[in-house]
Amino acid sequence: MNDMTPVETTLKDWETDQEVRWCPGCGDYAILKAVQRTMPDLGADPANTVFISGIGCSSRFPYYMETYGFHTIHGRAPTVATGVKLANPDLDVWIVTGDGDGLSIGGNHTMHVLRRNLDCQILLFNNEIYGLTKGQYSPTSRSGTRSPSTPFGSVDRPISPCAFALGSGARFIARGIDVHKNLGNTFKEAHAHRGASFIEIFQNCIVYNEDVFEDFVNKKTAPETQVWAVHGEPLLFANGEKGLALDADTLELKVVKVIDRDWQGAGVMIHDQTNRSLAMLLVQMPFGEFPMALGTLYNDPAPTFDAAVMAQNAAASEGKDANLQALISQGQTWTVE
Amino acid sequence: MASAAQTIERNKPEDSGNVVVRFAGDSGDGMQLTGGQFTLSTALAGNDLATFPDFPAEIRAPQGTLFGVSAFQINFGSRAIRTAGDAPDVLVAMNPAALKTNLADLVEGGLIIADSGSFSDRNLSKAGYDENPLEDGSLAKWQLLSLDMSQMTLDAVKPFGLGNKEALRCKNMWTLGLALWLFDRSRQPIVDWLNAKFAKNPVIAEANIAALNAGHAYGETAELGVGFAPRSLDAAPAAPGLYRTITGAEAISLGLVAGAKLAKLPMFFGGYPITPASAILHHLSRLKQFGVTTFQAEDEIAAIGAAIGASYAGSLGVTSSSGPGIALKGEAMGLAFITELPLVIVNSQRGGPSTGLPTKTEQSDLYQAVYGRNGDAPLPVIAVRSPSDAFECAIEACRIATRFMTPVMLLTDGYIANAAEPWKIPDVSDFDEFPVEFYTAAPGEGEKFNPYQRDEKLARPWVKPGTPGLMHRIGGIEKSSSSGNIDYSPANHQAMTDIRAQKVLNVADDIPDQEIELGDATDTLALVGWGSTYGPIHQAVNRAREKGQSVAQIHIRHIWPLPKNLGELLKGFDKILVPEMNKGQLKTVLRDQYLVDAQPLNKVSGQPFRIREIEAAIDEALDG
Ligand code: SF4
Repeated sequence: MNDMTPVETTLKDWETDQEVRWCPGCGDYAILKAVQRTMPDLGADPANTVFISGIGCSSRFPYYMETYGFHTIHGRAPTVATGVKLANPDLDVWIVTGDGDGLSIGGNHTMHVLRRNLDCQILLFNNEIYGLTKGQYSPTSRSGTRSPSTPFGSVDRPISPCAFALGSGARFIARGIDVHKNLGNTFKEAHAHRGASFIEIFQNCIVYNEDVFEDFVNKKTAPETQVWAVHGEPLLFANGEKGLALDADTLELKVVKVIDRDWQGAGVMIHDQTNRSLAMLLVQMPFGEFPMALGTLYNDPAPTFDAAVMAQNAAASEGKDANLQALISQGQTWTVE
Repeated sequence: MASAAQTIERNKPEDSGNVVVRFAGDSGDGMQLTGGQFTLSTALAGNDLATFPDFPAEIRAPQGTLFGVSAFQINFGSRAIRTAGDAPDVLVAMNPAALKTNLADLVEGGLIIADSGSFSDRNLSKAGYDENPLEDGSLAKWQLLSLDMSQMTLDAVKPFGLGNKEALRCKNMWTLGLALWLFDRSRQPIVDWLNAKFAKNPVIAEANIAALNAGHAYGETAELGVGFAPRSLDAAPAAPGLYRTITGAEAISLGLVAGAKLAKLPMFFGGYPITPASAILHHLSRLKQFGVTTFQAEDEIAAIGAAIGASYAGSLGVTSSSGPGIALKGEAMGLAFITELPLVIVNSQRGGPSTGLPTKTEQSDLYQAVYGRNGDAPLPVIAVRSPSDAFECAIEACRIATRFMTPVMLLTDGYIANAAEPWKIPDVSDFDEFPVEFYTAAPGEGEKFNPYQRDEKLARPWVKPGTPGLMHRIGGIEKSSSSGNIDYSPANHQAMTDIRAQKVLNVADDIPDQEIELGDATDTLALVGWGSTYGPIHQAVNRAREKGQSVAQIHIRHIWPLPKNLGELLKGFDKILVPEMNKGQLKTVLRDQYLVDAQPLNKVSGQPFRIREIEAAIDEALDG
């Protein structure tokens, strides 16, 4: 995000008159509402906000936000966002993408927008499937996923979006769930972070991949299957009866039992959102054996690309006269009488 | 070895006011530098000139090999020069490979200056010579000046204590010194340049200057015979004014800066390294004080994507590439077209298809420019004819893009990009400004802003994000012409497709009528060209007309839309011949647009047309 004068708005100010066209029951609805509800809390100005998307179900998002919006082409939203932000760094830029859009056809751009640390929020809706093209397996689909293009099951291994982002040099990484009440909070933290903020949102595609995240999003089992990272707090779950500790032999995390709330005694780690190694361990925990790490997993701001470009433009122009006639007359010249 | 009896018998019946010199050597011999500096001294002497740098695709091709030969040709003289010359009068060959690959082009009786020191057995065998051609009499058709330039360079730079390799690097300056003497050019600009270039390393500067002086002194003192007396060509007649030499890549860069300034916009340039387009990115990245932001993207698509984003946000977005990169940008061009955002796409064409001939020239992409996107997505296309024409064409591209809210493709090519010619520096205040006015009028109560409302040209308003009250969404999906919302309805898609195409056609109302370069509308044959074939076509038509042939030259800058009078003009000729460095791309467009019997004259060898090739085609067309 950027410095801005807070503007007073309500939820209504962020809704367009367009009929929302996702399948009924799609997780996208909940994400849209969460964003629209959060915007007033951010003091954001609709006229100064730009939503940029690629192609896919998620990428219809800009049409439903009463802001400036650009629905671009498959995988390329980060490129357009880069141009927008460099042309006008005062704009508040949000990128909306999906697992196919952002990690398959647009994986290269996702990598580079993160490595450059362009000041923007990146919402990656991960539903582990290609929805808009009717259900083919995606780069985040688990091995063995049966789909129209993989009738015998997919044989390739999936990518971990957050590990990819971290490997690309992202300075803010979070995970959320479409219907979870904490999503707005994550958006606020992402927005407060100056630089590229990467949020993987587990999104339920009820048509082509229904309940693929049920193992950890189910509210009943959530205490056992979700660990919420909060900066400065111990990494506890299962109502405080379990926690994550470092296994000094393997340099991996391990699940430890916490007895009588003595998490210190059990060696449970305190979440430090500026610790990149810890973030890597959290995003790579194999689900099942471990709970799913959620919330803001990494947040360690660094100088942004847009600020660096502006600074260099200014420094390189300093004291130089922008005289076009002089410029074109440079070099050795001669006069014909 | 040179004998005192040698003379330069020049064998050029048609015009004696010019000389073509080709410097050829190993890619490590510094031939491009030598040529560039010789060009500068020639321009300063007031000659008109044109150059043709021709270098290998490999950065460091193996030494002494045939494919590692790098050449630089310059045609200069006291009359108007339009091409780099068909055939060299003088060939400077720094090694056997350079001699072998260039000899066939040399005019009969032309002069060979060869570095005998490089004609070792090893180099001879690398070039495929069994015998030393400098000694076996096989060069008898030509004048031969065989000198051990390597040794003379080593002798000249000895006082500076350089290593053998470093010392030999000065050989190109020795050669240049001799060439400067041969054509009575001043050494001072080169001395100044060397001092500036090696300011941090004065020993190298002095060694190079010593080599330069030694080469010059050699010409002065060695008894080369009467024919080797310095030749001074008179200054070419030129319009009064201030001149400089300029390459196409520089001129495009400066023209883009000027175009953005005339539009009163900051410029955003997204590029990705590719030969021969990178030079534009390099030039612009140094011009930040002119409101230019340059962005080296992760790939070609990101480069255009960012340029589109910048245009959307209110800058003049520009991207640049060459054939393969332009192909990658195709989908994004369609996006810029359907969202109706201004964008300039510079295409420095090179030999294709695929990787093709990266360092060679070809008019490869007219089809790609005019037809190369999915759906009906016509773009205005402008073709640059020469380095000095590039400045104006770049301004024109910026003007059309911003006035009509459309991507525009500017076609140049590898030849224009690298070639230098004298340029009469224009007065920038002579160009009309075309300041952009962003749309800011928020709709009244109960009204909605329609991003596809249109002006009389059919251009839509340009609204910068950040403007209060005008929030709207654009995108690659078809939009309603009346609301800007997504609209797949048949009637709307028909209407929007028609409107977008008509808008681009409306550009024809905003460009000048097609003129005839040479000849008259009543001539029998018209040679119709575009781009960098201008020079050879011009000279060929000139010569044909001098011979009394009824030939005219038409050279098209606006490839799409074509000038409004072009159809009528073409129909007035009995015959139409379209010389192109491709398999006949403009020919197809002309046939399609006007149902005229345009006949192709094609060359796709990676080399520009020779004047005589076009002359022969004229003869044939008029005889047939
Ligand atoms: S296909 Fe899946 S992701 Fe797409 S809208 Fe329908 S439910 Fe949502």
